[in-house]
Amino acid sequence: MEKIDHDIKLLFEQSVEGQSGVNLPQCDVPEASVSEAIPSALLAATPVRLPEMCEREVTRHFTRLSERMMSVDANFYPLGSCTMKYNPKINEWAADLPGFTAGHPYQDVQDIQGSMELMYRLRQLLEEIAGLSEVSLHPAAGAHGELTAMMVVRAYFRDRGENRDEVLIPDTAHGTNPASCALCGERVTIVKSTPEGLVDLDDLAAKITDNTAAMMITNPNTLGLFDKSIKKIADILHQRGAQLYLDGANMNAIMGQVRPGDCGVDVMHYNLHKTFSTPHGCGGPGAGPIAVAEHLAPFLPAPQVDFVDGKYVWDFNRPKSIGKVRTFYGQFGVMVRAYTYIRALGHSGIKNVSDKAVLAANYLGKKLEPFYTLPYPLPCMHEFVISAEKQKDDHGIRALDIAKQLIDYGIHPPTIYFPLIVSECMMIEPTETETLETLDRFAAIMQRIAEQARTNPELAHQAPVTTPVSRVDEVKAAREPNLRWRYKE
Amino acid sequence: MPVPQDRKYLKTHEWFKPEGDLVVVGITDHAAQELTDITFVQMPKVGTKISAGQSFGEVESVKATSEIYSGIDGEVVEINEELSSNPGLINSDAFNAGWIIKVRPSDTSQLEKLLSPGDYENFI
Amino acid sequence: MAYSGISQKQVRHMLDTIGVARIDDLFADIPAELRLGKLLNLPEPMDDLSLQNHLRSLANRNHGTDKLISFLGAGSYDHFIPPVVDALASRSEFVTAYTPYQAEASQGVLQAFYEFQTMICEITGMDVTNASMYEAGSATAEAVLMARDITGRSKVLIGQNVHPEYVQIVRTYLASQPMTIEIIPTPTGTIEPSVLASLIDDQTAAVVIQQPDFFGCLNPVDKIADAIHAAKGLLISVVDPISLGLIAGPGQLGVDIVVGEGQPLGLYQNFGGPYLGFMAAKSAYLRRLPGRLIGMTTDHEGRRAFCLTLQTREQHIRRERATSNICSNEGLMAIRAAIYLAAMGKNGFFQVANLCFQKAHYAASQIVGIEGFELAFKAPFFKEFVVRSKKFPVDKVIHEARQAGLLAGVPLECWYPELGDCLLVAVTEKRTRDEIDALVDVFRKIGG
Repeated sequence: MEKIDHDIKLLFEQSVEGQSGVNLPQCDVPEASVSEAIPSALLAATPVRLPEMCEREVTRHFTRLSERMMSVDANFYPLGSCTMKYNPKINEWAADLPGFTAGHPYQDVQDIQGSMELMYRLRQLLEEIAGLSEVSLHPAAGAHGELTAMMVVRAYFRDRGENRDEVLIPDTAHGTNPASCALCGERVTIVKSTPEGLVDLDDLAAKITDNTAAMMITNPNTLGLFDKSIKKIADILHQRGAQLYLDGANMNAIMGQVRPGDCGVDVMHYNLHKTFSTPHGCGGPGAGPIAVAEHLAPFLPAPQVDFVDGKYVWDFNRPKSIGKVRTFYGQFGVMVRAYTYIRALGHSGIKNVSDKAVLAANYLGKKLEPFYTLPYPLPCMHEFVISAEKQKDDHGIRALDIAKQLIDYGIHPPTIYFPLIVSECMMIEPTETETLETLDRFAAIMQRIAEQARTNPELAHQAPVTTPVSRVDEVKAAREPNLRWRYKE
Repeated sequence: MPVPQDRKYLKTHEWFKPEGDLVVVGITDHAAQELTDITFVQMPKVGTKISAGQSFGEVESVKATSEIYSGIDGEVVEINEELSSNPGLINSDAFNAGWIIKVRPSDTSQLEKLLSPGDYENFI
Repeated sequence: MAYSGISQKQVRHMLDTIGVARIDDLFADIPAELRLGKLLNLPEPMDDLSLQNHLRSLANRNHGTDKLISFLGAGSYDHFIPPVVDALASRSEFVTAYTPYQAEASQGVLQAFYEFQTMICEITGMDVTNASMYEAGSATAEAVLMARDITGRSKVLIGQNVHPEYVQIVRTYLASQPMTIEIIPTPTGTIEPSVLASLIDDQTAAVVIQQPDFFGCLNPVDKIADAIHAAKGLLISVVDPISLGLIAGPGQLGVDIVVGEGQPLGLYQNFGGPYLGFMAAKSAYLRRLPGRLIGMTTDHEGRRAFCLTLQTREQHIRRERATSNICSNEGLMAIRAAIYLAAMGKNGFFQVANLCFQKAHYAASQIVGIEGFELAFKAPFFKEFVVRSKKFPVDKVIHEARQAGLLAGVPLECWYPELGDCLLVAVTEKRTRDEIDALVDVFRKIGG
């Protein structure tokens, strides 16, 4: 069918003078003169231009926008490394309780014991899952957790009179790892992977120096492989006095199976928005608590939530703390959701998550193996990578084309072109929450796409055709940046 | 397509063409095609001192960035202003209109150490 | 388990397909000696009903701004949130989507973010903005790093009247950088341009101010801008977006980089998070901005379309040379702010600001009329002000107010020992005259 009325007009194009979506009260106090109270140079010269719309139109606008989305609730979303699992609704219910949403961060602790108890208990749950001694809930996101952790490591060395400023990172790492190091003033050295996709221990031995502060590893890594040498890696680092950092992006594969602390990890971050089912919200908010071994605990951000003499309190008395990395105490609303999730699952449920996540990934990998190249053999952990190299070489169909074609089938594409060491890479993470039927359907569609690459490659090049727009001109977007609407003056 | 014979090359895909007492610098067509559509060129200011082996700028596509290296020491005397509004010139005409900077070399003998057109072609 | 899509019966079939006997076999890569071999020491699973009871009881133990009348501010405010914000922002199409990397499957939120960017530019009077930062504190730190990169200088001056937590965060971020921080003293509550000028030198990358400042006061931003620009440094200002309905936008006053806390734009106070950092700048600094940017472009048929753009600044492409490490941002909070601003519209936005101003000034005028209390600073203010209690401990005011069901304000002693007799009072458009009078009564009862 011909697409008519394609555009949803921008808010600014819908504006009708004099309209408003709210009905605010009259001023019920004697009015003071603004111009007498505030110097004219500090007053707005002209009223701020904002759209003028009745509530009905605001509602229609954002509702229509929401219909131009793919989401976990509506679509299979096997986006590797992002753990797009189902977001249980009881989490949202809990986070929306007015008792939680109405808390002011500077209230007397006596008035906010419920929220503090939740934070304290979440701390304990995350400490146990990590097998590490103390958790800080402050960091606002995964990358923020990485940064906080690197600051903690740095403070630890300074306290020992050392100024180590070099961090080792495997070539499979997320881009946030090197970026977090740079933000913390650390220099990055890349450690190669073996042909099997694991950390090359010889290269590690060659690159570690007395200036190495830490190595950041993701385990299982971004290829979906568990590095069985993790203890050895920890030993190599510890022998030189360096710290082992775990990027916890992939905790969904191992929680309840193995504890990072038991593998020699000194510090790690969690992504509550991946592993613990808090929704991704089109990019955020997430939360990136960090867990540390005992020797690093004094350096965690302050204040720490604590339980003393039957009362939850803020412990500001942490003289070695790195200080604050975020205003107030962290992403509390995200913590409520994660806490609710962990309490719903309990000890057995947590293990069941990683069991099923790994089962689903291996099942899907097996089903795709006949049609796509698997650069690393199964079994995998919670995710695996396939390469569309064959489709590219034989038929000119790239990973990007396959991704766009999946959209036409109502499936959100996997992560593409990452990790960088696999060409035409597609990184697939089904998660534990998808049904067998969904997995089978995805496999069947991927099979059909592989066949169509042979029989009708144009289909892939033209995709997507079911979306409100066809392929977007990103080159134009970058060459002629248009980042805001301009009112006609 | 053979690369122009009137200039020298680096393995990092830059070309260096003598022009009077100046040297014109750009990136090769091969590099431009690898990068796909170039969206932005970060150029040094006129007057900047650059040196062999060091990066003096950057070319960007939508999903990648690549540093531009110099093979010679010298001072930037002109930059290709056209690229600010039309970075795609490098894609369409890397060896001519897509030039990036003009340099006054401090030691012209450095040019001799760079790759010949033949060597560069063998390299790619 | 209700969240797992795979039934126990299907497990067998899947294992057979894979060709292993047990799920445990799939974990063979984890060395046996590292395996946990038992359940984690976590509580038992909970049924939905018990879980609801548990969480309800935790929530009920709080006495927040839903039960008490709040005059607390200091970076987190009890503003009116139109119900339309909750209704639309809770649509699961927004809530459960990822970052819009696949543009064709995410046009809805891309357009919403573009509209958010536009509205943030409009209220701040700046050229460009990103699609959100975590919150104001870390955004301030990122702005300082940005100014360092732009100017190549190593010193930053921060007003003593900037939120103390924001200052702490800047300190934490700069601890590993070769940079120095100097505090601009503000004994009168605001920055004195001549004092500032004496602190600025040719190594000053930026001056960081807050407008209205932590004490609620308005600073001579235009003169501050002149002082730092004369030395070719940058001016960074933290703003309260609600104030911009009434007072001059930072763009009008010469600010180079604006950061702010978007919590007042339709976000719950939520015990401190999630909030919404924003950052806007002059267009010259576009390529130094951290975070995601959404651009308008066209699709291959020439129709209007939106996508993430200028991504080469970001960590997933430029890695250690990225402008920031930020990846996850506050997307859903930006959507809330966009809905809030659209619903408020031009008139509502002005009205809210004006109501805040009027009610705060009414409250202040009533309190200073009472024996024993005065305003700590003479500078003009917007919706927040500092009350000095000359005779009675501040705790007494807080305690008496709490007895009356009021949260009187934030005591300042923990950050400013010299202001140990002071209370920071915020008055939003939500406070009615009766509620303000109830607070005034508390002061009157104490002051006599």
